[in-house]
Amino acid sequence: MEVKQGLYYSKEHEWVRVEGDQAYIGITDYAQDSLGSIVYVELPQEGKAISRDDVLGVVESVKAASDIFSPISGKVVEANEALLDSPELLNGNPYDNYIVVLSIDNQDELKELLSPEQYDEYTKGE
Amino acid sequence: MKNRDERLIFEKSVSGRIGYSLPKNDVPGIEIDSVFPKEMLRKAAPELPEVSEVDVIRHYTKLSQQNYGVDSGFYPLGSCTMKYNPKINEDIASMDGFAQMHPLQNPICSQGSLEILYKMDQYLSEILGMEKVTLQPAAGAQGEMTGLMIIKAYHMSRNDEKRVKIIVPDSSHGTNPASAALAGFEVVHVPSSESGCVDINALKEVLDHTVAGLMLTNPNTLGLFEEDILKISQMVHDCGGLLYYDGANMNAIMGIARPGDMGFDIAHLNLHKTFSTPHGGGGPGSGPVGVVKKLIPFIPAPVVEKEDDYYVLDYDRPLSIGKVKSFYGNFSVVLKAYCYIRIMGAKGLKEASTAAVLNANYIRKMLEDYYDIPQNRICMHEFVLSAKKQAEKGVTALDIAKNLLDRGYHPPTIYFPLIVNEAMMIEPTETENLETLDAFIDAMIDIAIRAGEDPQGLKNAPKTTYVSRLDEVKAARSPKLAWGR
Repeated sequence: MEVKQGLYYSKEHEWVRVEGDQAYIGITDYAQDSLGSIVYVELPQEGKAISRDDVLGVVESVKAASDIFSPISGKVVEANEALLDSPELLNGNPYDNYIVVLSIDNQDELKELLSPEQYDEYTKGE
Repeated sequence: MKNRDERLIFEKSVSGRIGYSLPKNDVPGIEIDSVFPKEMLRKAAPELPEVSEVDVIRHYTKLSQQNYGVDSGFYPLGSCTMKYNPKINEDIASMDGFAQMHPLQNPICSQGSLEILYKMDQYLSEILGMEKVTLQPAAGAQGEMTGLMIIKAYHMSRNDEKRVKIIVPDSSHGTNPASAALAGFEVVHVPSSESGCVDINALKEVLDHTVAGLMLTNPNTLGLFEEDILKISQMVHDCGGLLYYDGANMNAIMGIARPGDMGFDIAHLNLHKTFSTPHGGGGPGSGPVGVVKKLIPFIPAPVVEKEDDYYVLDYDRPLSIGKVKSFYGNFSVVLKAYCYIRIMGAKGLKEASTAAVLNANYIRKMLEDYYDIPQNRICMHEFVLSAKKQAEKGVTALDIAKNLLDRGYHPPTIYFPLIVNEAMMIEPTETENLETLDAFIDAMIDIAIRAGEDPQGLKNAPKTTYVSRLDEVKAARSPKLAWGR
């Protein structure tokens, strides 16, 4: 399973890519592989304020529906609407297809996320 | 199975073909709009299929032959308790004295049916260790909703308005958090411990004065008995919350252990699981809810009571949450479950649970060398294995399930519970004999061996079924739900 460098990871299997004061958030290769074929993605409203661990959206696969828990707090700047018509993008390229962009409330929260090495280790134990 | 005719009955229609003959009309005709308001009349004729009698018979006989049910073979669908539905239940429920009753008949003329409802309240209360049971809810999920509304009504009646949270374990049935959310509660998940049961320390952390209640299945979704249940109920009660028992797995403990004795305040049963009434396409279901004494005022009205020698319907219940189902619930389903309880007797119910547990443990033990079993210890009526060893070779739980179809079995539940990777949840029920269990075990072992030797060979199953492997993504994303010309 691919773990990409340069990203932060959560134990709930999301990745976070920081660009300035904004964070791109998606699900990891491990997450898409465990879920199987993804058939539906529910996105948050733009402008919505999200606290850490709040539900950002829902990913539904042929096996199960799973909440996406926000790894950090912030306001929704953009939701990737391409996923509404093509949820399978998350299976094909999980790291290129973000789910939302958040404006980062608190940079310190990033420090509590996992590094690529830590996440790789974590998924091997799952 | 090849060269099959998949046309719908509408597509078999030929204009002018009929399957009936009516005698000549010998009464004077009237204009239809002289008896019905014009706006209620359809403007075009309904597009009914025009077919002969034999076309109809063959069409529906063929459809019924494509079905697979408990009457056709082994159906170890975990968490669903697909036990055999004794045919005498159907005979009794079809008796004119029951089937022709009108729900609004004067109670004085429906004493027999009311007696059944009254006695079922008593029987189920005894089995659950509860004080009173409402028979209104039409299914397990509706029973949950009813129970949660009772929890809410109880706290509100005490002006305890801060209780907004319902706790559910992460292994719970999906309906638990869904019902709690629908009833307006905030859902809090507690993780399971390594042993597959509720993590007591994690539970401790979420218990406070905002907790309305905890929902628990016991035995739980992994088929394990929550051994700390007395401690759990003490902890929840100490913080002022109530305990809700999801009776989905009651088939393991009938006559052996009672939710009331474990400290539960509310419990639902699935008559269409534990008490042998049909479910799935053969439903409808029934989800009676039992409560302890202090919650009786809140149960749905009306309630069947006995006054002198007569059964009456008591509507005068000011604290009741109201009706949750028209009339008195799915009466004929309650009646079928009544037959089952009377036929089995107390001893028989206990034996059913014992055999269900024995059968599950037998399969578990026979498969343990071939499949990974995360909680490999004495289980209750079902257990969860993981196909992760096979998945490493590319054969997933889904592939194994599809291969079981080719061997004539309904596959077990797969990918549930979510806390086990490549989960397969096997529940044989009590009615299966040793030969059936052995044949299923042999099939599972053979698939495991083939997964090691020729994983690719298992990818094309099923080959013997009416349709082969379906495109699940397409089925979920662009389902064809209606037929049009």
